[in-house]
Amino acid sequence: MDKLICKCGHENPPGTVLCESCGRPLNEQEQNKQLADMRYEGTARRSQTYNKSIIDKIWNFFSSVKVGVGIIIVLLIAAALGTILPQKQYVPATTEADIEAYYTDIYGSVGTVYHALGFHDLYNSFWFIGLVGMLAISLIIASLDRFVPLYKSLKNQRVLRHSSFMHKQRILAEGPGDAETLKKAEEKLTDLKYKVSTDKNGLLAEKGRFSRWGPYVNHIGLIIFLFGVMLRMMPGFYVDETLWIREGETRAIPDAPGYVLESKGFTLETYTGEGEEEKFGEAIDRVGTVAKNYQTDVVLYKIPEGALPGDTADMEMVEEHAIRVNQPFKFDGYALYQMDFQQDELKTMSFALQNKETGESRGDLTIDLVNPETNYELEDGSVVELLGYYPDFSGFENGEPQTATPLPKNPGFLVKMTTPDTPDGETSFITIQNTVEPLGDNDYKLAFQGVETRDASGLTVRKDRTLPILGLGGLIFMIGVAQGMYFNHRRFWIQQQADGSILLAGHTNKNWFGLKKDLDQVTEHASLPAYRDQQEDMEAQEKREGEQLT
Amino acid sequence: MTLADISSNLLYVAFIAYLIATFVFGGAVKGNKKGTYRSEERWGKVAITITVIGFLAQLGYFITRWMVTGHAPISNMFEFTTAFGMTLVGGFIILYALYKTAVLGMIVLPIALLIIAYASMFPSEVSPLIPALQTNWLAIHVITVVIAEGILAISAAAGLIYLLKVVDQKKKSKQRFWLEAIMYSLVLVLGFVVTSTFFTLTNYEADFAYVNKDGQPSEITYNMPAIFGMNEFEPMTDGAFTPLLEMPPIVHAGKLTTVLWSVAVGTVLYALIRLIFRKRISEMLQPFTKNVNLQLMDEINYRSIIIGFPIFSLGALIFAMIWAQIAWSRFWGWDPKEVWALVTFLFYAAYLHLRLGRGWAGEKSAWLAVIGFVIIMFNLVAVNLIIAGLHSYA
Repeated sequence: MDKLICKCGHENPPGTVLCESCGRPLNEQEQNKQLADMRYEGTARRSQTYNKSIIDKIWNFFSSVKVGVGIIIVLLIAAALGTILPQKQYVPATTEADIEAYYTDIYGSVGTVYHALGFHDLYNSFWFIGLVGMLAISLIIASLDRFVPLYKSLKNQRVLRHSSFMHKQRILAEGPGDAETLKKAEEKLTDLKYKVSTDKNGLLAEKGRFSRWGPYVNHIGLIIFLFGVMLRMMPGFYVDETLWIREGETRAIPDAPGYVLESKGFTLETYTGEGEEEKFGEAIDRVGTVAKNYQTDVVLYKIPEGALPGDTADMEMVEEHAIRVNQPFKFDGYALYQMDFQQDELKTMSFALQNKETGESRGDLTIDLVNPETNYELEDGSVVELLGYYPDFSGFENGEPQTATPLPKNPGFLVKMTTPDTPDGETSFITIQNTVEPLGDNDYKLAFQGVETRDASGLTVRKDRTLPILGLGGLIFMIGVAQGMYFNHRRFWIQQQADGSILLAGHTNKNWFGLKKDLDQVTEHASLPAYRDQQEDMEAQEKREGEQLT
Repeated sequence: MTLADISSNLLYVAFIAYLIATFVFGGAVKGNKKGTYRSEERWGKVAITITVIGFLAQLGYFITRWMVTGHAPISNMFEFTTAFGMTLVGGFIILYALYKTAVLGMIVLPIALLIIAYASMFPSEVSPLIPALQTNWLAIHVITVVIAEGILAISAAAGLIYLLKVVDQKKKSKQRFWLEAIMYSLVLVLGFVVTSTFFTLTNYEADFAYVNKDGQPSEITYNMPAIFGMNEFEPMTDGAFTPLLEMPPIVHAGKLTTVLWSVAVGTVLYALIRLIFRKRISEMLQPFTKNVNLQLMDEINYRSIIIGFPIFSLGALIFAMIWAQIAWSRFWGWDPKEVWALVTFLFYAAYLHLRLGRGWAGEKSAWLAVIGFVIIMFNLVAVNLIIAGLHSYA
């Protein structure tokens, strides 16, 4: 395409609407408009100029505001759809089959359809992530398409504009002036913190140009934020583990090599409604108990470098700490959160090996429900062998006992009992209050004696190295938004014609109310001709015409 | 009088002040024969003075309640919604100072009144904070959000005035229908307030036993005669009104009963209004907008969004993410309240792009501003009360 040569002699890049130098409209459509379209200063945008190659087409698609808004709206509706029923992470089921069954059981056919459409995990679906990706592309392309020409144009803008440009501005004043007019206007405008530049018989006063960059700055912030979110998929950037730790237990912290945690105990406090808390009495009576504090007291240890894995002999204490909700324990880029708890979790179970007929006991054994042994030898030579242990027994599948979780909530034991009376051994499957003898009747049984319990804390282990990037993105976004919305770009062009008359035009990207307040002051000080708001005039005109028709 | 009593009395004072100011603003608008600012200035000044007195009283309520409870009074439905009414009035006072528009007060104040009345239908006793809420981020996050929502709601009020003026009441149209639908839904809120107040004053209570969705036996207290019964309900109070219909376990029949009562009473109220005045509500309000400067309403609509949107982004997304990272170990978890905050953000982002990029101003902007308010109210009411999530505190 050819360069556009304006009557003033300036060469404009193809696609330019208003001459970069003098502001004359360069095409017929623009010439016929009553007011100039000042949104991008009438510059040549790539998307408005080229539409040949496939790259042009993609560029044009994503640079369109219409497409951008379309993506926003689709994303908005999709996000809302995901709240109709709870997402799968908030559902009390873990396996895919259980989750599917849960939606059907609780929500009936609606739940079945919701699950079948994949809406139970909507925000991780490829199409949702795809939409977010499209939004990111749109942010980048639409910004570049507008920012580059706008920046060039504002940087190179001239003081003197053609009168056709001036007449197409929304704020316009024409009338007589004297020798002092321009000087006085310049004085007042400088007073009002405008940057004034003059050229021959004209002046250009400008304020708040940086607010024009606001949209691009906030888009950069959003792109950095989305980049940070993407980065967490890279290994090493993000750790999300759950650590269940019981009172008195010492465990290695998952995904935090070299660190070991000991739990001193879990505390649950509730509001009493007495003393200081008397004011809460009424509320506590209405809802029952209200939790006041969830806390795990821990000690952090570090295993010295070079030690063998699992070798805890030389570990050094790093710090004692109380982990509470809203007060995570931070160390070396990791953070431990108080997320869950289990009170009175089973710790051990004791049994007596008894002869069923006589009731005679051959001795007691205590099974540690977290680290059970495989063989329990009794004093008289009897042995109880633990063939299988199912901490949270949930039933049989293909004849095999299953466990729902690794937590000892409903322990099941498959044992082989060997005594001097029964040297071949007898097999028995024991759960709470129930014994199954799969290989025929036994002579001996394990009689339940008692349990020990303790509290357990559910901690989340987190490392998130993307947080600084996300924070930076958020900060830049906020700066951009404030820059673009709390400030405005105001400009006045004033020219004194050869006959001494004044021509004034004013433009702002928003808040015309504020622009007029400034102009009122300048008009008074420099005795400028009265201005008019051409848009208001047009609307009043339309209204009058409308009224005449009816 | 204890500090707690002073606090609740201040709220009454505020309520009554807003009520009086509504009528004075109405009078100022109605009495403005010439259509100039000067002719409504005198009554406008009286009205804004009463409004400011009410606002200061409510600010007094807020501060004294903070002193009583020991935490920012924004931790449950009553407190948050009351504060929303306050920031709405605060936003209006700022915009009145800028633009001197009495008609805006005539619309904003009744909406604030409805919101505060709605808030007081929830338990208002001083409640302790659960561990997740025990942090300064409660005050920082929620106060920022409530200020932002108050300002954004002003844009809806300006939009509503715009629509009341431009929508032709003589011709049947979609616009006329939906504008009246907005009026009708405001009357429904009034219906809820009237019904709740009536049954609270008459001390209606009926207990039922039922089986919840996990198959566990539970109990529930109805404060309105039960139209819908919970799953496998058994009355526990003698002589209680027997539910007409039993609901499946996932439907909370107690809440549904409240909704039906409110809709029924609200509809009766609306029908009475129509019967007595023989006019649609929007038609009755239209004469008040005779002198409205449409361009000014459009500017107020746009400017409140421009002021409110950055504050909303900061409070409802950025502060929210920082707190979520501290309390729940992740800054974002697709909890329904989080999602709807995002939906609100995206909606206003779309509004701004449509306005700046496609020139959607005037009537289109006005409709969008009203829809924005609907989304905010949905997030406040429906997401708290219907959709279960981490933010269900009421």
